[in-house]
Amino acid sequence: MPEIKVTPLGAGQDVGRSCILVSIGGKNIMLDCGMHMGYNDDRRFPDFSYITQNGRLTDFLDCVIISHFHLDHCGALPYMSEMVGYDGPIYMTHPTKAICPILLEDFRKITVDKKGETNFFTSQMIKDCMKKVIPLNLHQTVQVDDELEIKAYYAGHVLGAAMVHIKVGSESVVYTGDYNMTPDRHLGAAWIDKCRPDILISESTYATTIRDSKRCRERDFLKKVHESIERGGKVLIPVFALGRAQELCILLETFWERMNLKAPIYFSTGLTEKANHYYKLFITWTNQKIRKTFVQRNMFEFKHIKAFDRSYADNPGPMVVFATPGMLHAGQSLQIFKKWAGNEKNMVIMPGYCVQGTIGHKILNGQRKLEMEGRATLDVKLQVEYMSFSAHADAKGIMQLIRMAEPRNMLLVHGEAVKMEFLKGKIEQEFSIDCYMPANGETTTVTTNPSVPVDISLNLLKREMALGGPLPDPKKPRTMHGTLIMKENSLKLVSSEQALKELGLNEHQLRFTCHVQLQDPHSDADTLHRIYTHLKSVLKGYTIQHLPDGTVIVESIVIKVSSSTEDSNTKVLLLSWSYQTLIYNGLLPGG
Amino acid sequence: MAAHLKKRVYEEFSKVVQIPHEETPAKKLRLSKPSKSAALHIDLCKATNSTDALQYLLQFARKPVEAESVEGVVRILLEHYYKETDNSVRLKIASLLGLLSKTQGFSPDCIVDDAINTLSNEKSHQVLAQLLDTLLVIGTQLPESPALRLRLVEVAYKHLSDTYFGVRNKCLQLLGCLGMVDAPVGKENEGPGTSLGGLRDVQSIISDYFGDQDPRVRTAALKAMLQLHERGMKIHQIIYDQACRLLTDDYEQVRSAAVQMVWVLSQLYPESIVPIPSSNEEIRLVDDAFGKISHMVSDGSWMVRVQAAKTLGSMLQVSPHFLEQTLDKKLMSDLRRKRTAHERAKELFASGEFSSGRKWADDAPKEKLDTNTVNLIASGACGAFVHGLEDEMFEVRIAAVEALCHLARSSPSFAEKCLDFLVDMFNDEIEEVRLQSIHVLREISTHITLREDQLDTVLAVLEDSSRDIREALHELLCYTNVSTKECIQLALLELLKNLNKYPTDRNSVWKCLKFLGSRHPTLVLPLVPELLSTHPYFDTPEPDMDDPAYIAVLVLVFNAAKSCPTMPALFSDHTFRHYAYLRDSLSHLVPPLRLPGRKQVYGLDSVDSGPGSGSVESAQLFLQQSLNRVSTIQNLEASGAQDLLDLTIRDLQRLGELQTELAGAADFCATYLRCQLLLMKALQEKLWNMAVPLCLKQNVTATAAAQQILEETYKLEFLYSGLESRQVATIHHVRLQAKALQLVLTARTRQGLDLLIGSCERFLQDVESFQRLFLTELPHLQDSFVDKLLELMPRLSSCKPVELVKILQTTLRQSGLLQLRLPEQIHRATATIIEPTGESDNPLRFTSGLVVALDIDATLEHVQDPQNTVKVQVLYPDGQSHVIHPKPGDFRKPGPHRHRLITQVYLSHTAWTEPSQIEVRLLLAYSSSSTSLTSPSKLGWSESLESLPAAEAAVEGTIPFSKAVKVFIMPKPARR
Repeated sequence: MPEIKVTPLGAGQDVGRSCILVSIGGKNIMLDCGMHMGYNDDRRFPDFSYITQNGRLTDFLDCVIISHFHLDHCGALPYMSEMVGYDGPIYMTHPTKAICPILLEDFRKITVDKKGETNFFTSQMIKDCMKKVIPLNLHQTVQVDDELEIKAYYAGHVLGAAMVHIKVGSESVVYTGDYNMTPDRHLGAAWIDKCRPDILISESTYATTIRDSKRCRERDFLKKVHESIERGGKVLIPVFALGRAQELCILLETFWERMNLKAPIYFSTGLTEKANHYYKLFITWTNQKIRKTFVQRNMFEFKHIKAFDRSYADNPGPMVVFATPGMLHAGQSLQIFKKWAGNEKNMVIMPGYCVQGTIGHKILNGQRKLEMEGRATLDVKLQVEYMSFSAHADAKGIMQLIRMAEPRNMLLVHGEAVKMEFLKGKIEQEFSIDCYMPANGETTTVTTNPSVPVDISLNLLKREMALGGPLPDPKKPRTMHGTLIMKENSLKLVSSEQALKELGLNEHQLRFTCHVQLQDPHSDADTLHRIYTHLKSVLKGYTIQHLPDGTVIVESIVIKVSSSTEDSNTKVLLLSWSYQTLIYNGLLPGG
Repeated sequence: MAAHLKKRVYEEFSKVVQIPHEETPAKKLRLSKPSKSAALHIDLCKATNSTDALQYLLQFARKPVEAESVEGVVRILLEHYYKETDNSVRLKIASLLGLLSKTQGFSPDCIVDDAINTLSNEKSHQVLAQLLDTLLVIGTQLPESPALRLRLVEVAYKHLSDTYFGVRNKCLQLLGCLGMVDAPVGKENEGPGTSLGGLRDVQSIISDYFGDQDPRVRTAALKAMLQLHERGMKIHQIIYDQACRLLTDDYEQVRSAAVQMVWVLSQLYPESIVPIPSSNEEIRLVDDAFGKISHMVSDGSWMVRVQAAKTLGSMLQVSPHFLEQTLDKKLMSDLRRKRTAHERAKELFASGEFSSGRKWADDAPKEKLDTNTVNLIASGACGAFVHGLEDEMFEVRIAAVEALCHLARSSPSFAEKCLDFLVDMFNDEIEEVRLQSIHVLREISTHITLREDQLDTVLAVLEDSSRDIREALHELLCYTNVSTKECIQLALLELLKNLNKYPTDRNSVWKCLKFLGSRHPTLVLPLVPELLSTHPYFDTPEPDMDDPAYIAVLVLVFNAAKSCPTMPALFSDHTFRHYAYLRDSLSHLVPPLRLPGRKQVYGLDSVDSGPGSGSVESAQLFLQQSLNRVSTIQNLEASGAQDLLDLTIRDLQRLGELQTELAGAADFCATYLRCQLLLMKALQEKLWNMAVPLCLKQNVTATAAAQQILEETYKLEFLYSGLESRQVATIHHVRLQAKALQLVLTARTRQGLDLLIGSCERFLQDVESFQRLFLTELPHLQDSFVDKLLELMPRLSSCKPVELVKILQTTLRQSGLLQLRLPEQIHRATATIIEPTGESDNPLRFTSGLVVALDIDATLEHVQDPQNTVKVQVLYPDGQSHVIHPKPGDFRKPGPHRHRLITQVYLSHTAWTEPSQIEVRLLLAYSSSSTSLTSPSKLGWSESLESLPAAEAAVEGTIPFSKAVKVFIMPKPARR
């Protein structure tokens, strides 16, 4: 039986460093090539030696597909392609291709320039790597080679995020990457058609969470910002550069517009500006509202949001500032935080999760006195708010996607093992399909039941159609007669006559005969006649002929009578019929 | 074979020769217009190949065919059909047959046999489908013939097993449209064609095709079933299971139709019991269907989602238990139960604490959940609306909001529950959705009382920059019930903030406070001292009377005081003074109050009866009496007549001002009487006795009067709505009189005979068209001018112009006043320009040669079809005037008979040295040809270019119907 094998190199029962190997129909595909943000050593990148000990990856991989631009999904790409060595095609969507190098370059700068690491990929390597990328469009079927084809679906999550449908022959796998089933202010919801893949590989970050409606969170967020501004306070929103930041920008921008507010909103510059540029370009990847209104005004051309300058932090009056990084552990956001922390009118809103040990985490847990470097302490008087804006599908969303795609098997990655366990149970219970959750390096094998295409001659098909009963029962399989010819790797179903002709064989006919002995004193001809009249009276509705050459034919059965050599009273009845599939039940006359 | 070859040769041959000939006869035929069938026949015979034939047929299809010649044409077409070998031509012919049988006045039963016959010989599937379509058309044209239907249905049965989906589609459509409604197809029709289907039920046959391999056929089968339902057949309950299965079809159009089907069945058999699969419980069918359709709200296709959301709104019989599940959502985080924000808000409110939101973990997960009880895939109705309201497409969200509205209106407890969700929708990113949810909340607001925290979120929207949203919200607040005095205070505070931010909202805010006050008198009472800032011991400074915010507070207080007699005791002296002032200046906002010790002052206000029905009745009576009095004037030359008319007009005008309900009627009468008065004056004795040269000056006034009467009649006709044809006739009558007057005057001044003849003819035409238009009204016009004219008509049409003028002159003077009968409801179209206010002293500066946009905001009352009639006129100081036609999208309809125009007009001018004022006003355009009484007769089956000549020369014009507003503008010279 053909099999599909899935091996996570990263993201197996784990969040971060997504990298999944799939072998399907003799093709090997790598899905995502991410890095782990938590490590600074070799564990940072997936273990490519799993694929091959020596030699280039190109020989072993048919293609690499990157689902979106987050570093835990594409961070190891230059390392793999340039340092390990891979020259095959890399597929990603247009926005991902545009934004991904910005993030990689930023990441490189931090590790090499700031932390001073060596033996890391260079800018040139990023460029070389991006040259190998082939961009994908949504719902465009791309033929990687003759047999392997991939198709991208919209995934929400971040700009350009895609789910991919990988198909070889009749076997197929869907990999979701990260996705979001609820639309937000700048992106739509993930969608896939009923493609019924053999395996659906889904992320499961929020396997055990069902979230509240987005509207409540948004409303709360806006209300808090608005109240603070009205009081004349300053609002600091620490964000990471891409993704959520744009969503919050849109949210605030439209709110400012709607409510006619005048307080300035600032965005710390750098990377974001470049990224915003791409958001402006890839309007087709955003949600309905932005797509519909961009002719009048591109929503990403912010009217109220301006670039931030260090000196603005001391300006009097209310303002809102988006600053990086998102956990208040360093950089601009921390500087501003220090300046504003003393005033209770001000506010800081943490829009995402904070790692333990960061200032963000401390203040969220209610710490009011912070120790800064140099023994200084900082009184935190400003208000601290927490708002969760996350763009992963929750448990219900995952179930919804399964319902949409109707897979035969399910495979969970990109989540914690305990949480996966729960979801796995639920999936098996609700959909009664198998669900797998392999750890890193563990291979899951799924046997498939591929259909074998067979050519059929049109004449045969038409003939059989004409024989068949009434049309409307498409779901029921129909049996038909024909001859299957296997010839040079192709299968053909033809009528038996044609098969004979093609193979140059003669037709053989099978005939069955049997002798029945009767005690009958009459002459042969009389006996035959009596049999004939008897049959005629018994078998109504059948054609029975009495031929002059001394035979009786009932349909295709021939009956002959001859006297036994020993005893003229014993008559031997010879019955002969050809092999037929339709058997006339009870036709043979007894006695 | 030889014959065939010969034909081929002939064809080849003729092709070459005939082409130059073809053009000429075709043209000639068209000019002389012989019978269509003959022309078609010739054309078709000429056609040498299928392309040509197709071209002819296409050309033919563009022209209408008269009912008489349809049958001939059909015969020709059929004849050609049998001969034709090309599929596309036959297809076209088949479609033409269908088109032709739709011709009005043609009964297609004579071609049924032929059409059915052609079916049996047809090989091409496409043509077969088209023929069936033709039969469908024929069948729907002849709903009264059961025998024919039976035949057609049999034909449909026969072709149902066709391999081409189109044919099956059409057959199902035929069955759906024509299948017997009167239950099972009975035994009586055992005709020759009833091989297998005739005895079976139409429904079971159609339902067989629910499982067809082609999704289009499945859709057609569902649609056919729905069609049967629409035609009144009771769909069997067996279909329910099959329809439910189709809900999971792979194709969206099938699912969409299945949703409808399930809905239909749930309405037919709401109470029957269906088992729940995989358990031995049973539930009502309507609940089951509700659950299934709810499931479709999270379908993959948004079309289906919209359909499902809409459908949910109309399933009112569903049990409350299921209904409430649609709003259900159980949150969890790491397998711990979490409360929703709504629940938290409610708890906070219950504990008497304001929403602080300051704690981080206030949404921290609570108890641990049992993994077995968590239901991830919502079975049944769970959370359908939660999904629908968060959908990606705004179409789905709007549909969900509307469905919520329908369900909430029928179930108060559900209304209470969905409140939180609706309030959340106020924050949607698409304005349409926000607006819709505000409207919905208003509609269900009778059922609900807003909590403080809910009110808070509602009020936050008051700062929205969109005027529509704010006004919708004001409207909502007018109908809202609130629970505490804090709510009132909160609402007032926010409304004042709104007023401060958007001063143009003044009227709307005041109106809102008026209702808020009159709805919650007891809640306002404890707030009064604070609101009026009175103090038990100290006198507080008197607030500024012109402050809109202060007026707003007073409106709230006075309206509350109306039903709370203890309140006035809390007022200070200046409050009473302000009351008197406001009662006079803003009488529509400030109700009459019974104030202690001040009754004598306000005795006229008739506090007891109020502006109730009594006064309207008396006013009505007065109006009627005035009219009766006027009708006594028989002789227009009586000395007192003019005075009486003058007086009556004045009375009526005043009445219109006092009684807004009767303003339209009073105005209408006054204008009519003014016309009569003008006519009377113009016919003054001495003018006509003078010699022609002497009375030139008199003539001028008379001419002017005639002109004015004409204008007034147009106003009468087009400015008022609710006129009956009787009144229209009266108006036209006056117009005719004015025209006669004009004619007489022309005859006296001008000497040119040609001119006179021309005007006489035109006048006679007018009289004729009057007679034609108001044939039914003529009996009521006895003894009037026109009555007399019509008597003399034979003489008039033959006599010389001079004689005609003489006759006219005498008739005019002899004819009496036509009494005006008042219709039930008559309203004058009015318009008020709210913006620009015309108060600004700051000129609008712009560079000359460029344009500046001026925002216009106006309310229109009782204007029919404002999109086509209302225009904006801009008048520049140099006399230039521009008329601007606003876009249809600029009109909104906030209420019955009320429209709102919010538009921009572009101004431009050459440079001025100083700022100056331009005038902006609204015009009502009319055209006398568009009178509803002369509706153009329906044309044939294709649009005809030769329309009838207009009955009378259309008079087009405009009536200014709003006060002009002055706007200061200043075009500056361009700097170089």
